[in-house]
Amino acid sequence: MSDLPLIQADRAVPPPAATTSTGGRRRRLRLLSRTDRVVITLMVLVPLLLVTGFVWLPAAATVLLSGTNWDGIGPLNEIEFVGARNYSDVVNIYPPFVPAVQHNLLWLAALFVVATPFGMFLAVLLDKELRGSRFYQTALYLPVVLSLALIGFVWQLLYSRDQGLINAVFGSSIDWYGDSSVNIWAVMVASGWRHVGYIMLLYLAGLKGVDPSLREAAAVDGASESRAFFRVVFPVMRPINIIVLVVTVIESLRAFDLVWVVNKGRNGLELISALVTQNVVGEASRIGFGSALATIMLVVSLVFITIYLATVMRENRE
Amino acid sequence: MSVDTPVRRRKLTPLRILLHGFLIVVSLAWLFPIAWAVLTSLRSYDYTAANGYVSFGGWTFDNYVTAWRTAEFGQHFLNSVYITVPAVLLTLFLASCVAFVIARFSWKLNLVLLGIFTAANLLPQQALLIPLFRLFTEVPLPEFMSDSELLYDSYWGLILINVAFQCGFCVFVLSNYMKALPRDLYEAAMVDGASIWRQYWQVTMPLCRPALAALATLEVTWIYNEFFWATVLMRTGDKFPVTSSLNNLRGEFFTDNNLVSAGSVLVAIPTLVIFFMLQRHFVRGLTLGASKG
Repeated sequence: MSDLPLIQADRAVPPPAATTSTGGRRRRLRLLSRTDRVVITLMVLVPLLLVTGFVWLPAAATVLLSGTNWDGIGPLNEIEFVGARNYSDVVNIYPPFVPAVQHNLLWLAALFVVATPFGMFLAVLLDKELRGSRFYQTALYLPVVLSLALIGFVWQLLYSRDQGLINAVFGSSIDWYGDSSVNIWAVMVASGWRHVGYIMLLYLAGLKGVDPSLREAAAVDGASESRAFFRVVFPVMRPINIIVLVVTVIESLRAFDLVWVVNKGRNGLELISALVTQNVVGEASRIGFGSALATIMLVVSLVFITIYLATVMRENRE
Repeated sequence: MSVDTPVRRRKLTPLRILLHGFLIVVSLAWLFPIAWAVLTSLRSYDYTAANGYVSFGGWTFDNYVTAWRTAEFGQHFLNSVYITVPAVLLTLFLASCVAFVIARFSWKLNLVLLGIFTAANLLPQQALLIPLFRLFTEVPLPEFMSDSELLYDSYWGLILINVAFQCGFCVFVLSNYMKALPRDLYEAAMVDGASIWRQYWQVTMPLCRPALAALATLEVTWIYNEFFWATVLMRTGDKFPVTSSLNNLRGEFFTDNNLVSAGSVLVAIPTLVIFFMLQRHFVRGLTLGASKG
């Protein structure tokens, strides 16, 4: 039986329990006919080629291109390697780079310090078998089904300078999406609105998978509820905590849709993902810059993806 | 979500009331932006322009009619269907094939395979854009498949890239689910002389229906909501799916928030319908996998 807490948590329709496998690997292999072997190869190979061709090879090509002077249009055989020049150019002569990195870090910090803990906190509250828990849950994760692009529009109704609710109520005249000193905060609030529900959902599922006897034992020992949570429940939730952390990092690295619908990632809303896109499809296409930036994203995400895979696979094997 | 600990009805202590009060406030605050959008969409621009948005009255359905016509939502919804339906079916089919092999056999390479697929789903899309953009503009398609005669600006290209990206998540969830099925099933099937294909299609797949339903619900929502690929890999305005067509909407509706809200509600309706009808599947799909950024 898989021990992944998230699957344990899902008790609505439990998968049938596994029995121990009998028969060695060799015997099973011998029982495969020629057709079977062809079928198995195809079943793996077709999806594998698709994922390799559309995801992994482009990722590798991005890394390679970041070391070249290719302009994105010219023939591939005229490419010259220029070493780390793109990287030094990005840092030194590309003004939007520093703000973009700052915004990405700010985004991560806001999700990590505010939205993620708040989502976890709500999950802990909702885990208490309250009346009306279903209503609370539904309200909180309703934003999760909306696309971030659409969320940009929904919040425009609150943020707009002349027709927005916030300015109407407070009598201010701030252009929340347009003013470069506040717009990153406005966008982060909208993104956090969705993130909280998502984290709440993941964490609540994890909490349901925690053995209730653990908490009862803590209660018998006279531990207060918050003490029981931090001393007993939180440590057992380690895999979920890591998953939630990685989801937060990857979400903040991938943040794109919201700023793109607002102003294509300019004027206070620079993000690395938007800069990459501007450098490919925008008016001023600079492939070198774009791929150097993309490589930075790739490296950061791969670190956290590795942590994620190590966590879930260890959980699966146990 | 199921509840399997006995429900203990506690007395309504002050603390309990405080807790409910807090949750009600948070829930209403969370619903508010959506409720406000619906409210605004039902009011005429002239009325709100004259009386301000903090007022009551001017009820009308005209915004929906205007928004539908101006933004050509009919066409864009159809485009979303062309992309979403084949992409979801293909994703589930291909992912279940790989997941079946990973779960059915205990080869050493399976773990690597699982890693390759799962990680692919978590990469930032923008990091792959440059080579993919070039690839899409180089690969020719016959004219009957796309009037662009390229993978770029074609539904085929979008379907493929969505499938490639979403496969990983489904492989991860399905292989976990399939590993939990009893192995005797396969022993019995083999005694009956069932081929690998029949074991996959007639033994494993029917048992995976709950997981497939959950994944289908999620994937429909995600691919419908997908914004980035269509934005960068499409060019012709009336071929955009709904979510990416929002980009153009901003210019057209710029001065009229009532239209923006009507448009937003229209775009949200399919996902909201799915959510309320299939909430159980939606939640289970997410918690089965617990990945996905």
